[in-house]
Amino acid sequence: MEKKGWRELMRGADLPPASSLDYKTGSWRTLRPIWDPNKCTHCMFCVAYCPDMAISVVKSEEGVKGFNGRIYKGIVRLEADLDFCKGCGICAHECPTHAIEMIREEEATSSK
Amino acid sequence: MSTWKPLSGTQAVAEAMRQINPDVVVAYPITPQTPIVEFFAQYVANGIVDTETIPVESEHSAMSATVGAAAAGARVMCATASQGLALMWEVVAAVPGLRLPIVMPVVNRALSAPINIHCDHSDTMGATTIGWIQIFSENGQEAYENMLLAIRLAEHPDILLPAMVMQDGFITGHGVENVEIFDNDKVKAFVGERNPDRYLLDTEHPYTIGPLALPDYYFEIKRQQEEATRHVKKIYLEIGKELSKITKKEYPYFESYKLEDSDAAIVVLSSTAGTAKDTVDKMRAEGKKVGLLKPKLFRPFPYKEVRTVLKNIPVVGVLDRSMAFGAYAPVYAEIKNALFELEKRPKLQSYVFGLGGKDIFKSDIEKAFNELLSGEVSSEKERYIGLRG
Repeated sequence: MEKKGWRELMRGADLPPASSLDYKTGSWRTLRPIWDPNKCTHCMFCVAYCPDMAISVVKSEEGVKGFNGRIYKGIVRLEADLDFCKGCGICAHECPTHAIEMIREEEATSSK
Repeated sequence: MSTWKPLSGTQAVAEAMRQINPDVVVAYPITPQTPIVEFFAQYVANGIVDTETIPVESEHSAMSATVGAAAAGARVMCATASQGLALMWEVVAAVPGLRLPIVMPVVNRALSAPINIHCDHSDTMGATTIGWIQIFSENGQEAYENMLLAIRLAEHPDILLPAMVMQDGFITGHGVENVEIFDNDKVKAFVGERNPDRYLLDTEHPYTIGPLALPDYYFEIKRQQEEATRHVKKIYLEIGKELSKITKKEYPYFESYKLEDSDAAIVVLSSTAGTAKDTVDKMRAEGKKVGLLKPKLFRPFPYKEVRTVLKNIPVVGVLDRSMAFGAYAPVYAEIKNALFELEKRPKLQSYVFGLGGKDIFKSDIEKAFNELLSGEVSSEKERYIGLRG
């Protein structure tokens, strides 16, 4: 997106919409969330608590497989968007089924 | 028809607030500002104004609530002094960037430590670099009129910046004098109502206020704020002319008192300028050509205009009621800045006086004038008035 000059900007800190998409805050991360879809009930606690809206959510008619082998339909969560996840671990802390584990970033990248 | 009332400076400000009738006033008491919100709370209790008051538990919350209400579209005021301003500082610094036209009377008081409730200007002089408009008042009358001017100035669509209106704690804040309160209807017509072109409660046109802006936009937004600040000087004079129609007074950036043919001049803010004018009269009667410059609009500072009136005066002394430790005193620094562009500059002397409410007398100012007239001054060495030892 072309950046606006100071004369063209709206008054004050009223920025063009969605400018935060340019801030790839994921580079700040030292811990990475590892999500185990088999333990996930798609309760959306992690989505609600995530301070960066870094967890992708989609609508799925066919559903995805989750906790206890059940098929979860409707609104479901997908992997965290690592471009924006700062690795705070709030999602892992709040998850009722312990479906998210935080591991050190170098551990995650070396195992790849 | 205007009416004359015996009022303290704080009550004069409360009277201005009564006539402005803001939508919201956020109240937290601090000496010597307390009477402003106390008097105003009485107006609210008696139904004289239809303002919503929000009593809070600290100045930090006071400025936060003020910001919230202003962003929602209301005309909002709060008042403070000294440590109160210091405690609300974090939010105070954000207001100009948010472009909210909040008007805040400040009753100047010394900053701790040591704890001191009396007047000096160290509280507001700490807030000169963040983008608030600052107007200093010599007495209750000026504080009252400056409030009316400030609200229009702050809310002007080309400005939209917050403004502080200062007066001297206790000296004029609690001192009672006759104040001319102008006709309610005329003042109400002059101040009008706040008509924001955008506000957060307008759900039809949502927008973001105070978002994150990293190196990609922060600089641009601050430059835009500077541009708004540059509009202040022109619009200050325009609004001053409009106010003149009610008050029959003039609203220049600063008052020049018998400066034209002066051999020596003193620059001083607020109530001390009154004492200095008396001194000028006394010395003029004795044949000594002395004069006074009393800055009113301190931010943005009118450098060019100050230079124009001071350029032919051989010696200028600047009296500061605060220090800038490790630097030139704040008003002195501005005067020195203003005169730098001249090829032939006046001789300069910095004086610091009256910290923590220490009295200054006509005899002190006369002594300073005589020092200036003798020409034995140093532009580098600060001198102190009323300091022991």
